Amino acid sequence: MQAQPETTAVMDKAPAPPAASPDQAARAGAPELREHALAWHNIVTIAKRELSGYFASPVAYVFIVIFLLLCGFFTFMVGRFFERGEASLAAFFLWHPWLYLFLVPAVGMRLWSEERRLGTMELLLTFPVSTWQAIVGKFLASWFFLTLALALTFPLVVTVAYLGDPDGGVIFCGYLGSFLMAGAYLAITCMTSAMTRNQVVSFIISVVLCLFLILAGWPPVLDLLVRWANPTLVDTVAAFSVVTHFDSFQLGVIDTRDVVYFLSIIVFCLFTTGVIIRSHRAG
Amino acid sequence: MIKVENLVKTFGPKRAVDGISFTVERGEVLGFLGPNGAGKSTTMRMITGFIPPTAGRITVGGYDVVEHPIAAKRLMGYLPENAPAYTDMTVWGFLNFAAEMRGLSGEAKRKAVNRVIEMCFLETVVHQSVDTLSKGYRHRTCFAQSIIHDPPVLILDEPTDGLDPNQKHEVRTLIRRMGETKAIVFSTHILEEVDAACTRAIIIDRGKIVANGTPAQLRSRSEVSGAVALRVLGVPASEVKTKVAELPTVRRTQLLEENGHGVLLRAYPRPDARDGALQESLFELALRANWKVTELRTEEGRLDEVFRSITLPDTAPAGQSTKEDSR
Repeated sequence: MQAQPETTAVMDKAPAPPAASPDQAARAGAPELREHALAWHNIVTIAKRELSGYFASPVAYVFIVIFLLLCGFFTFMVGRFFERGEASLAAFFLWHPWLYLFLVPAVGMRLWSEERRLGTMELLLTFPVSTWQAIVGKFLASWFFLTLALALTFPLVVTVAYLGDPDGGVIFCGYLGSFLMAGAYLAITCMTSAMTRNQVVSFIISVVLCLFLILAGWPPVLDLLVRWANPTLVDTVAAFSVVTHFDSFQLGVIDTRDVVYFLSIIVFCLFTTGVIIRSHRAG
Repeated sequence: MIKVENLVKTFGPKRAVDGISFTVERGEVLGFLGPNGAGKSTTMRMITGFIPPTAGRITVGGYDVVEHPIAAKRLMGYLPENAPAYTDMTVWGFLNFAAEMRGLSGEAKRKAVNRVIEMCFLETVVHQSVDTLSKGYRHRTCFAQSIIHDPPVLILDEPTDGLDPNQKHEVRTLIRRMGETKAIVFSTHILEEVDAACTRAIIIDRGKIVANGTPAQLRSRSEVSGAVALRVLGVPASEVKTKVAELPTVRRTQLLEENGHGVLLRAYPRPDARDGALQESLFELALRANWKVTELRTEEGRLDEVFRSITLPDTAPAGQSTKEDSR
């Protein structure tokens, strides 16, 4: 029941961070380095909490099971994995843009809307962290979770490797592309989830936005444009498509432009998330 | 420790906070009173850096909250309104998270968590998930979070809301004790809490400070402060009233009650009368008239009445007294 005078004494001399700040912070000499270490410490702490939130409820397990089931269904039944007679995961990756269309918003929709609904956003943002640290921490946690689900599809890799002699590079590229695409969808969901305290609304808006990103490169949509629009416009619209950029990964090509495309979606959406959160607070 | 200067916050056309200034030093517990929507929570949110002020300046421990938010936030513990907490975590997990966010780790973190669990009586629910907690426990969990790093500045938005009377008492005692070494601001609309825990109180209404002083000072602003209540048995009310009104020390009388327990009358002193003059003259009058006096008491002034008369300036005091006088 008693207060601790030692701690009080330390706290008096702010801005020095509390005595028991993370080890790496204490060791780092330069103030900048210490700031970086602290920022990283905050991001990791927030990400850890977010992840533990996924696994504390059945959400995580349900998601992973459904993701794996759907992956299997599309690869073997719809994609006719065996009939293809080739040792590749093309039939598997082909469906990822569509699988993610629903599953990624389902994972990300709670990111900020839940914080707003519970009022914990007020708690989180009055801790000594900056808004971007909170945004990045929460984003990384969800991305890590999606990556974990993706990694659990490894039996497919084992299967192809057992049945034939697949090109490891192509498979790696496919996974890398899938990973980046999940990140891009997730960043979009993160943004829509900051807009509203209602998870369902956030889910629907992000599905629509992601759907647009898929359809922009879909032949039927492009055919529609080709009839009247000039080729530059068609190319521009197609350049916005996830599918176009994901395709080259599936072929085993890591093109800087594709990587930059996905990363810029992520950065742009996270930045917008920050703007939305700030404008909410400004009232 | 906390210095607020000409703070303004507008939401669209509405001025939620309109030019508030005050300071809180270490060792002070400032009670923040006001009707709902007066701007209490908005002010606290601005102090903690959750929302930016439209105009004005806030410094905490010398750090401007807008320019050096992180340094200022390190000095503060904050209990937001409605005590939010992550519902998917256990109390233990939540407090550990809060400790880590405050930069505590290892042994220091373990100690801090155990200390607040003990201080806030959370031992029995430590491993329970937050969404299964009753309101009181959830409230105390969030309160525990705010003091986990033993901050020199505490901002508490309705810390006793939703607690049972025993818990309210505990929290007030805690606030008063912590207030000896910290600067504390807490908001409430329970007036008895001001007496129980505050060294100073501010009443705000429609975004402006309308009163600022110690609880005793605020009470003395009450209309009834210094008035004397007199209860006499077996004498008609009209007689008591006339005789009391004739006294030179009495400005005005008010009949409060007339029933089997006698006549209860309140006499207001003239503003120029010295302290105690009214009591003496009433006592002498009762002796002379040979009244059976069962009660003679000086009114202290009530905070709720001060609160009402300040925050409802157009309606309350005048209308009320005429109505009662005519009875």
